[in-house]
Amino acid sequence: MLETVFSKPEALRDVTTHYCPGCTHGTIHRIIAEVLDELGVRERTVGVAPVGCSVLAYNYFETDFHEASHGRAPAVATGIKRARPDLVVFAYQGDGDLASIGMAEIVHCANRGEKVTVVFVNNAIYGMTGGQMAPTTMPGQVATTCPLGRDVDLAGHPIRVSEMLSTLRTPAFVARTSVHTPLLSVNTKEMLRRAFTYQVEGRCFSLVEILSTCPTNWGIPPAEATKWLEKNMLPYYPLGVFKTPESGSREPMPLER
Amino acid sequence: MTKKLMKGSEAIGEAAVQAGCHLFFGYPITPQNEIPEYMSMRLPQVGGTFVQAESEVAASNMLYGAAGSGERVMTSSSSPGISLMAEAISYLAGAELPVVIVNIMRAGPGLGGILPSQNDYRQATKGMAHGDFRLLVLAPWSVQEAADLVQDAFDLADYYRNPVLILGDGLIGQMMEPVEFAEGREPIKELPLKDWAATGNDGSKPRSVINSLFLDPEELEQHNYHLKEKYDRMERDEVRFTTSGLDTDYDVLIVAYGTVARVCSTAIEELADNGVKVGMVRPVSLFPYPYQAVREAARKAKAVLVVELSMGQMIEDVRLAIEGSKPLHFLNRTGGMLVSPDEVVDKIHAISEGSSQEVVHA
Repeated sequence: MLETVFSKPEALRDVTTHYCPGCTHGTIHRIIAEVLDELGVRERTVGVAPVGCSVLAYNYFETDFHEASHGRAPAVATGIKRARPDLVVFAYQGDGDLASIGMAEIVHCANRGEKVTVVFVNNAIYGMTGGQMAPTTMPGQVATTCPLGRDVDLAGHPIRVSEMLSTLRTPAFVARTSVHTPLLSVNTKEMLRRAFTYQVEGRCFSLVEILSTCPTNWGIPPAEATKWLEKNMLPYYPLGVFKTPESGSREPMPLER
Repeated sequence: MTKKLMKGSEAIGEAAVQAGCHLFFGYPITPQNEIPEYMSMRLPQVGGTFVQAESEVAASNMLYGAAGSGERVMTSSSSPGISLMAEAISYLAGAELPVVIVNIMRAGPGLGGILPSQNDYRQATKGMAHGDFRLLVLAPWSVQEAADLVQDAFDLADYYRNPVLILGDGLIGQMMEPVEFAEGREPIKELPLKDWAATGNDGSKPRSVINSLFLDPEELEQHNYHLKEKYDRMERDEVRFTTSGLDTDYDVLIVAYGTVARVCSTAIEELADNGVKVGMVRPVSLFPYPYQAVREAARKAKAVLVVELSMGQMIEDVRLAIEGSKPLHFLNRTGGMLVSPDEVVDKIHAISEGSSQEVVHA
């Protein structure tokens, strides 16, 4: 008797993606699909695709989808969830989409405590438009709009979205992971499982930031890109759980002990 | 049902609720704050949801998500806020989502002022945002008509799968008049099933993707022809206007819409008492525009007068309608100033006496 021990998730469509070699969008799509399958929510899930490399995400998931305008996925997700609270709603966004043009939408979606899940893929650069500087681009990192490297005196320092969102008083689940090693991919799946579970239980807003490589726009081969992420991004973007709905108040402690 | 004295803004909100709209997303801006305020009070009473968004940009994209879920949804704003919503409105039209948007116009450009204006006519009817698309635009002249048009707007939006814009001004929003909501109101169109809505995919229907992205130019061209076919049907079936005084002789034809047309009708009554006959066509649908009605009414007139609270926007459509067949005159106030009945009376006399200057376009 043969037993199937590994197969394509039902929540993933049987198509080839357009992603570049060494890009992690494919891995992240698969992990999300596995979680949707395992939670048994695929049939009542609606995704929201961003503008960016994952603009065509709606072609890859076997779920209903909305294609949002640039940065507005959290607002679209809010509209869907408020209209149909019974649906499981997730937005999939890159760092230009979420941390630049869509900063207001993500902050207020999190602050209202919308019961949606945001998957935030941070590869420190604009991918689809051709490698321009993002709010998450590392100091000194070369991009097509900072050919001499990001100058923090002019462009400021990279924005740490998970840290920033975790300062909000509204209960939420916020975590940062990576998928550049198999073990971290397993961790990422656990984080996404927790994020979606909080939503399914109607508990809180959830966001999982996932560090990603962009060999094409970083201009280095995939294996080197993984090392570059480890060396340059991990120290600045530490992995971990930043906020859970169970964690206590973040009110300042008294000045005097 | 008995009539109730209501503020225009409240009547607009109540009309939406009566039409089955249980979702409202908005952002504060004067002079339309009474609409979101009313909805924030009223929607929870009917199990609905009101969200005060962080901006008009977000509100209009929440509209996109809610409409894509197949629910009736509305937002309201005023001129600068509508400009911020324009991008999303293009997406809504491209993705063919039925929504109702209310613009209580204020005077511009820029931050402008908060008093009534009609200076967004061109934006509403011609150039809301990027891309080839149209909104169905309806302009009420009374609180009752505002309530009726809002209810019709939801049916029209669902029927055409297109955003419908209610274009009012600060007067419509602020004035109080008796208003009546018909019980057991039937939809004005045979409404199609919303089987395109993205509400989860259990395999019983094809996957739904709410989208305006077409990377294949041939597909996008076909999509634009499909949209054009809808707009053509609107032009054929949805032209709305009212007329007065057209069944007798008249020297001057007035063309005006919204509250300005009410000012004109007061002037027309006063002129009639003095034996001066003036006809009027009042466009109610601004897109589709009642070109034919204006053209036919102009045939009997010696001159046509357009009255607007703008520097001259609808007058361009009147020009298209009459095609230079009659002398064209223009009376306007802007910046939040209103046209008075006396100004209309004086203008009509001036036209009769030959002292009013014709509008001449190079």
